[in-house]
Amino acid sequence: MTMVVGVKLPTVLRPFAGGVERVEVQPAEDTVGAVFMALEADHPALRRRLTDEQGSLRRHVNVFLVNDNIRDLDGLDTKLSDGDELLILPSVAGG
Amino acid sequence: MSEAVLLIGTKKGLWIGRTDGERRNWKLDGPQFEMQGIYSVGVDTRDDRPRLFVGGTSEHWGPAVFHSDDLGRTWDEPPKGSIGFPEDADASVERVWQIQAASADQPGVVYAGTEPSALWKSTDGGVTFELVRGLWDHPHRKEWGAGFGGQAIHTVLPHSTDPDRVSVAMSTGGVYQTRDGGATWEPANHGIKAKFMPDPDPEFGQCVHKLAAHPDVPERMFAQNHHGVYRTDDGGAIWKSIADGLPSDFGFPIVVHPHEPETVYVFPLIADGNRIPPDATPRVFRSRDAGATWEPLTNGLPDAPSYAPVLRDALCVDQGSPAGVYLGTRDGCVYASADAGDTWTEVARHLPDVLSVRAAVI
Repeated sequence: MTMVVGVKLPTVLRPFAGGVERVEVQPAEDTVGAVFMALEADHPALRRRLTDEQGSLRRHVNVFLVNDNIRDLDGLDTKLSDGDELLILPSVAGG
Repeated sequence: MSEAVLLIGTKKGLWIGRTDGERRNWKLDGPQFEMQGIYSVGVDTRDDRPRLFVGGTSEHWGPAVFHSDDLGRTWDEPPKGSIGFPEDADASVERVWQIQAASADQPGVVYAGTEPSALWKSTDGGVTFELVRGLWDHPHRKEWGAGFGGQAIHTVLPHSTDPDRVSVAMSTGGVYQTRDGGATWEPANHGIKAKFMPDPDPEFGQCVHKLAAHPDVPERMFAQNHHGVYRTDDGGAIWKSIADGLPSDFGFPIVVHPHEPETVYVFPLIADGNRIPPDATPRVFRSRDAGATWEPLTNGLPDAPSYAPVLRDALCVDQGSPAGVYLGTRDGCVYASADAGDTWTEVARHLPDVLSVRAAVI
Protein backbone atom coordinates (compact mmCIF):
# COMPACT_ATOMS: atom_id res chain seq x y z
CA MET A 1 0.00 0.00 0.00
CA THR A 2 1.30 3.41 -0.87
CA MET A 3 1.30 5.77 2.05
CA VAL A 4 1.28 9.56 1.78
CA VAL A 5 2.38 11.84 4.60
CA GLY A 6 2.24 15.64 4.55
CA VAL A 7 5.04 17.75 6.00
CA LYS A 8 4.27 21.37 6.84
CA LEU A 9 7.27 23.67 6.83
CA PRO A 10 8.12 26.89 8.66
CA THR A 11 8.75 29.89 6.45
CA VAL A 12 12.50 29.73 6.86
CA LEU A 13 12.68 26.24 5.37
CA ARG A 14 10.41 26.79 2.39
CA PRO A 15 13.25 27.95 0.08
CA PHE A 16 14.70 24.45 0.42
CA ALA A 17 11.46 22.91 -0.86
CA GLY A 18 10.81 25.05 -3.89
CA GLY A 19 9.06 27.74 -1.86
CA VAL A 20 6.04 25.67 -0.85
CA GLU A 21 4.45 25.57 2.60
CA ARG A 22 3.76 21.86 2.55
CA VAL A 23 5.25 18.87 0.82
CA GLU A 24 3.94 15.34 0.48
CA VAL A 25 6.14 12.28 0.53
CA GLN A 26 5.63 8.57 0.13
CA PRO A 27 7.82 6.93 2.77
CA ALA A 28 9.02 3.39 2.22
CA GLU A 29 8.04 2.54 5.80
CA ASP A 30 5.46 3.85 8.26
CA THR A 31 7.84 5.89 10.43
CA VAL A 32 8.92 9.50 10.80
CA GLY A 33 12.47 8.46 9.96
CA ALA A 34 11.27 7.01 6.67
CA VAL A 35 9.57 10.32 5.88
CA PHE A 36 12.90 12.11 6.24
CA MET A 37 14.62 9.52 4.08
CA ALA A 38 11.95 10.08 1.46
CA LEU A 39 12.61 13.81 1.58
CA GLU A 40 16.19 13.12 0.51
CA ALA A 41 15.08 12.20 -3.00
CA ASP A 42 13.08 15.32 -3.83
CA HIS A 43 14.38 17.86 -1.31
CA PRO A 44 17.89 16.89 -0.18
CA ALA A 45 18.70 20.40 1.04
CA LEU A 46 15.59 20.33 3.22
CA ARG A 47 16.35 16.89 4.63
CA ARG A 48 19.88 18.02 5.52
CA ARG A 49 18.51 20.84 7.64
CA LEU A 50 16.22 18.57 9.62
CA THR A 51 18.66 15.74 10.26
CA ASP A 52 22.43 15.53 10.31
CA GLU A 53 24.39 13.37 7.89
CA GLN A 54 23.97 10.34 10.18
CA GLY A 55 20.20 10.71 10.12
CA SER A 56 19.72 12.07 13.64
CA LEU A 57 17.12 14.78 14.13
CA ARG A 58 18.90 18.09 14.77
CA ARG A 59 18.79 19.12 18.41
CA HIS A 60 16.75 22.29 17.97
CA VAL A 61 14.31 20.98 15.36
CA ASN A 62 10.91 19.96 16.65
CA VAL A 63 8.61 17.66 14.72
CA PHE A 64 4.99 17.45 15.77
CA LEU A 65 2.44 14.76 14.96
CA VAL A 66 -0.78 16.62 15.68
CA ASN A 67 0.08 18.06 19.12
CA ASP A 68 2.77 15.61 20.12
CA ASN A 69 6.47 16.25 19.76
CA ILE A 70 7.90 13.07 18.27
CA ARG A 71 10.61 13.18 20.92
CA ASP A 72 7.83 12.43 23.41
CA LEU A 73 6.66 9.56 21.22
CA ASP A 74 9.18 7.18 19.66
CA GLY A 75 11.38 9.75 17.94
CA LEU A 76 12.27 8.82 14.41
CA ASP A 77 10.66 5.42 15.01
CA THR A 78 7.28 7.02 15.67
CA LYS A 79 4.65 5.16 13.66
CA LEU A 80 2.58 7.01 11.06
CA SER A 81 -0.59 6.27 9.18
CA ASP A 82 -1.60 7.17 5.66
CA GLY A 83 -2.68 10.80 5.57
CA ASP A 84 -0.82 11.88 8.69
CA GLU A 85 0.54 15.41 8.83
CA LEU A 86 3.87 16.35 10.36
CA LEU A 87 4.57 19.92 11.47
CA ILE A 88 8.16 21.14 11.57
CA LEU A 89 8.92 23.99 13.96
CA PRO A 90 12.20 25.44 15.17
CA SER A 91 12.62 25.33 18.93
CA VAL A 92 13.47 28.46 20.87
CA ALA A 93 17.24 28.41 20.47
CA GLY A 94 19.96 30.41 18.90
CA GLY A 95 20.82 33.15 21.37
CA MET B 1 39.31 49.80 -12.35
CA SER B 2 39.88 47.36 -9.56
CA GLU B 3 37.46 46.78 -6.74
CA ALA B 4 37.79 45.30 -3.29
CA VAL B 5 35.48 43.07 -1.33
CA LEU B 6 35.47 42.38 2.41
CA LEU B 7 33.51 39.44 3.79
CA ILE B 8 32.41 39.96 7.38
CA GLY B 9 31.12 36.84 9.11
CA THR B 10 29.26 37.51 12.35
CA LYS B 11 27.39 35.53 14.96
CA LYS B 12 24.14 36.43 13.18
CA GLY B 13 24.93 36.56 9.50
CA LEU B 14 27.16 37.87 6.74
CA TRP B 15 27.85 41.43 5.69
CA ILE B 16 29.96 42.40 2.68
CA GLY B 17 31.99 45.57 2.35
CA ARG B 18 32.59 46.87 -1.14
CA THR B 19 34.84 49.61 -2.41
CA ASP B 20 37.25 50.50 -5.20
CA GLY B 21 40.91 49.58 -5.33
CA GLU B 22 41.85 52.56 -3.17
CA ARG B 23 39.95 50.90 -0.29
CA ARG B 24 39.13 54.12 1.53
CA ASN B 25 35.33 54.46 1.42
CA TRP B 26 33.45 51.28 2.07
CA LYS B 27 29.82 50.50 1.35
CA LEU B 28 28.23 47.80 3.46
CA ASP B 29 25.78 45.21 2.07
CA GLY B 30 23.83 42.83 4.27
CA PRO B 31 22.88 40.95 6.18
CA GLN B 32 22.74 37.64 4.37
CA PHE B 33 22.51 34.20 5.99
CA GLU B 34 20.55 35.69 8.85
CA MET B 35 20.65 33.75 12.11
CA GLN B 36 23.70 31.79 11.03
CA GLY B 37 27.02 32.00 12.81
CA ILE B 38 29.49 32.63 10.00
CA TYR B 39 32.54 30.94 11.46
CA SER B 40 34.45 30.95 8.18
CA VAL B 41 34.63 33.09 5.10
CA GLY B 42 37.02 32.60 2.22
CA VAL B 43 38.15 34.18 -1.01
CA ASP B 44 39.79 32.19 -3.79
CA THR B 45 41.52 34.59 -6.19
CA ARG B 46 43.40 31.97 -8.21
CA ASP B 47 41.14 32.19 -11.24
CA ASP B 48 40.05 35.20 -13.25
CA ARG B 49 36.68 34.98 -11.55
CA PRO B 50 37.16 35.04 -7.80
CA ARG B 51 35.08 32.62 -5.78
CA LEU B 52 33.82 33.55 -2.34
CA PHE B 53 32.96 31.08 0.42
CA VAL B 54 30.81 31.14 3.50
CA GLY B 55 30.79 28.47 6.17
CA GLY B 56 27.74 29.08 8.33
CA THR B 57 26.02 27.21 11.11
CA SER B 58 22.39 27.63 12.03
CA GLU B 59 21.68 26.53 15.58
CA HIS B 60 18.47 25.05 14.21
CA TRP B 61 19.28 23.80 10.75
CA GLY B 62 22.94 22.86 10.97
CA PRO B 63 26.06 23.80 9.02
CA ALA B 64 26.48 24.49 5.32
CA VAL B 65 29.13 25.80 2.93
CA PHE B 66 28.06 28.14 0.16
CA HIS B 67 30.07 29.61 -2.71
CA SER B 68 29.52 32.65 -4.87
CA ASP B 69 30.98 33.52 -8.27
CA ASP B 70 29.40 36.99 -8.44
CA LEU B 71 31.12 38.58 -5.45
CA GLY B 72 28.49 37.58 -2.96
CA ARG B 73 25.35 38.73 -4.71
CA THR B 74 24.07 35.17 -5.05
CA TRP B 75 25.18 31.98 -3.31
CA ASP B 76 25.02 28.31 -4.25
CA GLU B 77 25.41 24.95 -2.59
CA PRO B 78 25.16 21.57 -4.29
CA PRO B 79 21.81 19.80 -3.76
CA LYS B 80 23.28 17.18 -1.48
CA GLY B 81 25.41 19.67 0.41
CA SER B 82 29.09 20.49 0.36
CA ILE B 83 30.36 18.67 3.38
CA GLY B 84 29.32 15.74 5.54
CA PHE B 85 30.87 12.76 7.24
CA PRO B 86 30.47 9.36 5.63
CA GLU B 87 28.26 6.97 7.56
CA ASP B 88 31.11 4.86 8.93
CA ALA B 89 32.73 7.92 10.54
CA ASP B 90 29.78 8.09 12.95
CA ALA B 91 30.10 11.86 13.30
CA SER B 92 28.36 14.95 12.02
CA VAL B 93 29.76 18.35 11.11
CA GLU B 94 28.90 20.98 13.69
CA ARG B 95 30.78 24.00 12.37
CA VAL B 96 33.02 24.79 9.42
CA TRP B 97 35.87 26.83 10.85
CA GLN B 98 38.09 27.29 7.84
CA ILE B 99 37.85 27.38 4.06
CA GLN B 100 41.27 27.76 2.51
CA ALA B 101 42.29 27.54 -1.14
CA ALA B 102 45.57 25.77 -1.91
CA SER B 103 48.33 27.35 -3.98
CA ALA B 104 47.83 28.42 -7.58
CA ASP B 105 49.57 25.34 -8.97
CA GLN B 106 46.82 23.15 -7.46
CA PRO B 107 43.79 24.47 -9.30
CA GLY B 108 40.51 23.41 -7.78
CA VAL B 109 42.02 22.32 -4.47
CA VAL B 110 40.34 23.92 -1.47
CA TYR B 111 40.62 22.71 2.12
CA ALA B 112 38.15 22.98 4.96
CA GLY B 113 38.54 22.46 8.69
CA THR B 114 35.64 21.59 10.96
CA GLU B 115 34.31 20.80 14.37
CA PRO B 116 34.68 17.98 15.23
CA SER B 117 38.37 18.09 14.34
CA ALA B 118 38.50 16.97 10.74
CA LEU B 119 40.23 18.12 7.58
CA TRP B 120 38.43 18.10 4.26
CA LYS B 121 39.73 18.43 0.71
CA SER B 122 37.87 19.66 -2.33
CA THR B 123 39.18 19.15 -5.84
CA ASP B 124 36.25 20.87 -7.55
CA GLY B 125 36.93 24.39 -6.42
CA GLY B 126 35.23 24.12 -3.05
CA VAL B 127 31.83 22.88 -4.20
CA THR B 128 32.14 19.47 -2.51
CA PHE B 129 34.58 18.32 0.15
CA GLU B 130 35.82 14.86 1.09
CA LEU B 131 37.08 13.82 4.49
CA VAL B 132 40.87 13.44 4.71
CA ARG B 133 40.93 9.98 6.25
CA GLY B 134 44.58 9.96 7.22
CA LEU B 135 44.02 12.61 9.85
CA TRP B 136 40.56 11.44 10.92
CA ASP B 137 41.97 7.97 11.59
CA HIS B 138 44.96 9.34 13.51
CA PRO B 139 45.49 7.41 16.78
CA HIS B 140 45.81 10.71 18.67
CA ARG B 141 42.30 11.84 17.72
CA LYS B 142 40.59 10.41 20.78
CA GLU B 143 42.95 12.51 22.93
CA TRP B 144 42.30 15.81 21.17
CA GLY B 145 40.30 18.07 23.45
CA ALA B 146 37.75 20.81 23.10
CA GLY B 147 38.31 24.47 23.75
CA PHE B 148 35.44 26.84 24.39
CA GLY B 149 34.78 26.98 20.66
CA GLY B 150 34.42 23.21 20.46
CA GLN B 151 36.96 20.67 19.27
CA ALA B 152 37.93 21.89 15.85
CA ILE B 153 40.53 22.14 13.13
CA HIS B 154 40.33 25.89 12.69
CA THR B 155 43.43 26.50 10.59
CA VAL B 156 44.58 24.92 7.35
CA LEU B 157 47.87 26.07 5.87
CA PRO B 158 48.68 24.38 2.56
CA HIS B 159 52.38 24.47 1.66
CA SER B 160 52.93 27.01 -1.11
CA THR B 161 55.19 24.86 -3.33
CA ASP B 162 54.72 21.21 -2.29
CA PRO B 163 51.17 19.94 -2.80
CA ASP B 164 51.89 16.95 -0.55
CA ARG B 165 52.52 19.15 2.47
CA VAL B 166 49.79 20.70 4.60
CA SER B 167 49.85 22.03 8.15
CA VAL B 168 46.74 22.22 10.29
CA ALA B 169 46.12 23.62 13.74
CA MET B 170 43.45 22.48 16.12
CA SER B 171 42.18 23.40 19.55
CA THR B 172 43.17 21.43 21.34
CA GLY B 173 45.74 19.16 19.78
CA GLY B 174 48.10 21.69 18.27
CA VAL B 175 49.86 21.58 14.93
CA TYR B 176 49.86 18.48 12.72
CA GLN B 177 51.57 18.12 9.37
CA THR B 178 51.48 15.78 6.42
CA ARG B 179 54.23 15.33 3.86
CA ASP B 180 52.48 12.71 1.77
CA GLY B 181 49.31 14.39 0.64
CA GLY B 182 47.31 13.64 3.77
CA ALA B 183 47.93 9.92 4.18
CA THR B 184 50.02 10.26 7.35
CA TRP B 185 50.26 13.06 9.90
CA GLU B 186 52.73 13.98 12.61
CA PRO B 187 52.38 16.49 15.43
CA ALA B 188 54.70 19.49 15.07
CA ASN B 189 54.54 21.29 18.40
CA HIS B 190 58.11 21.11 19.67
CA GLY B 191 58.72 24.31 21.62
CA ILE B 192 55.07 25.35 21.94
CA LYS B 193 53.94 25.45 25.56
CA ALA B 194 50.72 24.00 26.93
CA LYS B 195 50.51 25.81 30.25
CA PHE B 196 47.08 24.34 30.93
CA MET B 197 48.47 20.79 31.07
CA PRO B 198 50.45 19.01 33.80
CA ASP B 199 53.33 18.56 31.35
CA PRO B 200 53.71 21.94 29.63
CA ASP B 201 55.80 20.42 26.82
CA PRO B 202 53.66 17.62 25.43
CA GLU B 203 54.11 16.11 21.99
CA PHE B 204 50.59 17.24 21.20
CA GLY B 205 47.63 18.73 23.02
CA GLN B 206 48.59 22.38 22.65
CA CYS B 207 45.94 24.99 21.98
CA VAL B 208 47.38 26.73 18.94
CA HIS B 209 44.97 29.50 18.03
CA LYS B 210 46.23 30.37 14.54
CA LEU B 211 49.04 29.67 12.07
CA ALA B 212 50.30 31.88 9.26
CA ALA B 213 53.05 31.74 6.64
CA HIS B 214 54.16 33.72 3.61
CA PRO B 215 54.12 31.70 0.39
CA ASP B 216 57.63 32.86 -0.57
CA VAL B 217 59.08 31.44 2.68
CA PRO B 218 57.02 28.34 3.39
CA GLU B 219 59.46 26.89 5.96
CA ARG B 220 58.89 29.87 8.21
CA MET B 221 55.59 29.79 10.01
CA PHE B 222 54.13 31.92 12.74
CA ALA B 223 51.81 30.75 15.52
CA GLN B 224 49.62 32.57 17.99
CA ASN B 225 49.16 30.13 20.82
CA HIS B 226 46.95 30.01 23.89
CA HIS B 227 49.73 32.00 25.59
CA GLY B 228 52.77 32.19 23.41
CA VAL B 229 53.66 33.71 20.07
CA TYR B 230 56.08 31.58 18.07
CA ARG B 231 58.02 31.28 14.85
CA THR B 232 59.53 28.25 13.20
CA ASP B 233 62.19 28.58 10.51
CA ASP B 234 62.44 24.91 9.70
CA GLY B 235 58.94 23.98 8.65
CA GLY B 236 57.71 23.23 12.15
CA ALA B 237 60.51 21.11 13.63
CA ILE B 238 61.23 23.67 16.36
CA TRP B 239 59.18 26.68 17.46
CA LYS B 240 60.82 29.64 19.22
CA SER B 241 59.14 32.44 21.10
CA ILE B 242 58.81 35.82 19.40
CA ALA B 243 56.63 37.29 22.15
CA ASP B 244 59.25 39.68 23.56
CA GLY B 245 58.14 43.21 22.90
CA LEU B 246 54.43 42.42 22.97
CA PRO B 247 52.30 43.55 25.92
CA SER B 248 50.95 40.00 26.19
CA ASP B 249 51.57 36.65 24.54
CA PHE B 250 47.86 35.79 24.57
CA GLY B 251 45.59 36.38 21.61
CA PHE B 252 43.83 34.62 18.77
CA PRO B 253 44.81 35.78 15.26
CA ILE B 254 48.17 36.01 13.54
CA VAL B 255 48.56 37.19 9.95
CA VAL B 256 51.48 37.70 7.54
CA HIS B 257 51.76 40.63 5.16
CA PRO B 258 50.98 39.57 1.58
CA HIS B 259 54.21 40.96 0.09
CA GLU B 260 56.66 41.19 3.00
CA PRO B 261 57.45 37.78 4.50
CA GLU B 262 59.00 39.37 7.60
CA THR B 263 55.94 41.46 8.43
CA VAL B 264 53.42 39.88 10.79
CA TYR B 265 50.40 41.14 12.74
CA VAL B 266 48.81 40.10 16.04
CA PHE B 267 46.11 41.47 18.35
CA PRO B 268 47.17 40.82 21.97
CA LEU B 269 44.76 40.26 24.84
CA ILE B 270 45.80 40.43 28.48
CA ALA B 271 45.65 36.73 29.33
CA ASP B 272 43.47 33.66 29.10
CA GLY B 273 41.97 34.73 32.41
CA ASN B 274 41.26 38.26 31.14
CA ARG B 275 40.49 38.36 27.45
CA ILE B 276 40.42 42.07 26.75
CA PRO B 277 43.06 44.32 25.17
CA PRO B 278 45.86 45.46 27.49
CA ASP B 279 45.24 48.95 28.89
CA ALA B 280 41.72 48.69 27.41
CA THR B 281 43.34 49.96 24.21
CA PRO B 282 42.71 48.15 20.94
CA ARG B 283 46.06 47.77 19.25
CA VAL B 284 47.30 45.71 16.37
CA PHE B 285 50.98 44.92 16.86
CA ARG B 286 53.14 44.70 13.76
CA SER B 287 56.59 43.26 13.43
CA ARG B 288 58.66 43.98 10.33
CA ASP B 289 61.49 41.66 11.34
CA ALA B 290 59.69 38.35 11.76
CA GLY B 291 58.96 38.92 15.42
CA ALA B 292 62.21 40.38 16.74
CA THR B 293 60.60 43.75 17.46
CA TRP B 294 56.99 44.92 17.58
CA GLU B 295 55.23 48.26 17.15
CA PRO B 296 51.67 49.14 18.15
CA LEU B 297 49.30 50.36 15.45
CA THR B 298 46.51 52.55 16.76
CA ASN B 299 45.98 55.37 14.27
CA GLY B 300 42.27 55.26 13.53
CA LEU B 301 41.40 52.47 15.96
CA PRO B 302 39.12 53.38 18.90
CA ASP B 303 40.43 55.29 21.86
CA ALA B 304 40.59 53.69 25.28
CA PRO B 305 38.63 52.41 26.99
CA SER B 306 37.58 49.74 24.54
CA TYR B 307 37.34 46.16 25.62
CA ALA B 308 36.45 44.07 22.61
CA PRO B 309 38.62 41.07 21.68
CA VAL B 310 39.43 40.02 18.11
CA LEU B 311 38.82 36.36 17.34
CA ARG B 312 41.13 34.00 15.48
CA ASP B 313 39.78 34.57 11.98
CA ALA B 314 38.78 38.19 12.47
CA LEU B 315 42.13 39.64 11.36
CA CYS B 316 43.22 39.33 7.73
CA VAL B 317 45.10 40.91 4.87
CA ASP B 318 44.19 41.29 1.23
CA GLN B 319 46.64 40.83 -1.63
CA GLY B 320 46.55 44.48 -2.73
CA SER B 321 49.42 46.92 -2.92
CA PRO B 322 49.86 48.60 -0.57
CA ALA B 323 48.56 45.77 1.57
CA GLY B 324 45.14 46.05 3.12
CA VAL B 325 44.69 44.86 6.71
CA TYR B 326 41.28 44.24 8.30
CA LEU B 327 40.00 43.44 11.74
CA GLY B 328 36.61 42.75 13.24
CA THR B 329 35.83 42.93 16.93
CA ARG B 330 33.48 41.09 19.22
CA ASP B 331 31.54 44.31 19.70
CA GLY B 332 30.68 44.35 16.01
CA CYS B 333 33.11 46.90 14.65
CA VAL B 334 35.21 46.43 11.54
CA TYR B 335 38.29 48.48 10.68
CA ALA B 336 40.30 48.55 7.48
CA SER B 337 43.77 49.80 6.72
CA ALA B 338 44.82 50.49 3.14
CA ASP B 339 48.41 51.16 4.13
CA ALA B 340 49.58 47.95 5.79
CA GLY B 341 48.26 49.00 9.18
CA ASP B 342 49.64 52.53 9.52
CA THR B 343 46.17 54.09 9.54
CA TRP B 344 42.72 52.58 10.01
CA THR B 345 39.21 53.58 9.03
CA GLU B 346 35.93 52.26 10.33
CA VAL B 347 34.04 50.05 7.89
CA ALA B 348 31.16 49.05 10.19
CA ARG B 349 29.94 49.40 13.74
CA HIS B 350 27.19 47.81 15.81
CA LEU B 351 27.18 44.55 13.91
CA PRO B 352 26.80 41.29 15.84
CA ASP B 353 30.12 39.98 17.13
CA VAL B 354 32.53 39.44 14.27
CA LEU B 355 33.78 35.87 13.87
CA SER B 356 35.62 36.01 10.55
CA VAL B 357 36.87 38.45 7.93
CA ARG B 358 38.53 37.91 4.54
CA ALA B 359 39.24 40.45 1.83
CA ALA B 360 40.52 40.63 -1.72
CA VAL B 361 41.30 43.21 -4.35
CA ILE B 362 39.90 42.16 -7.69
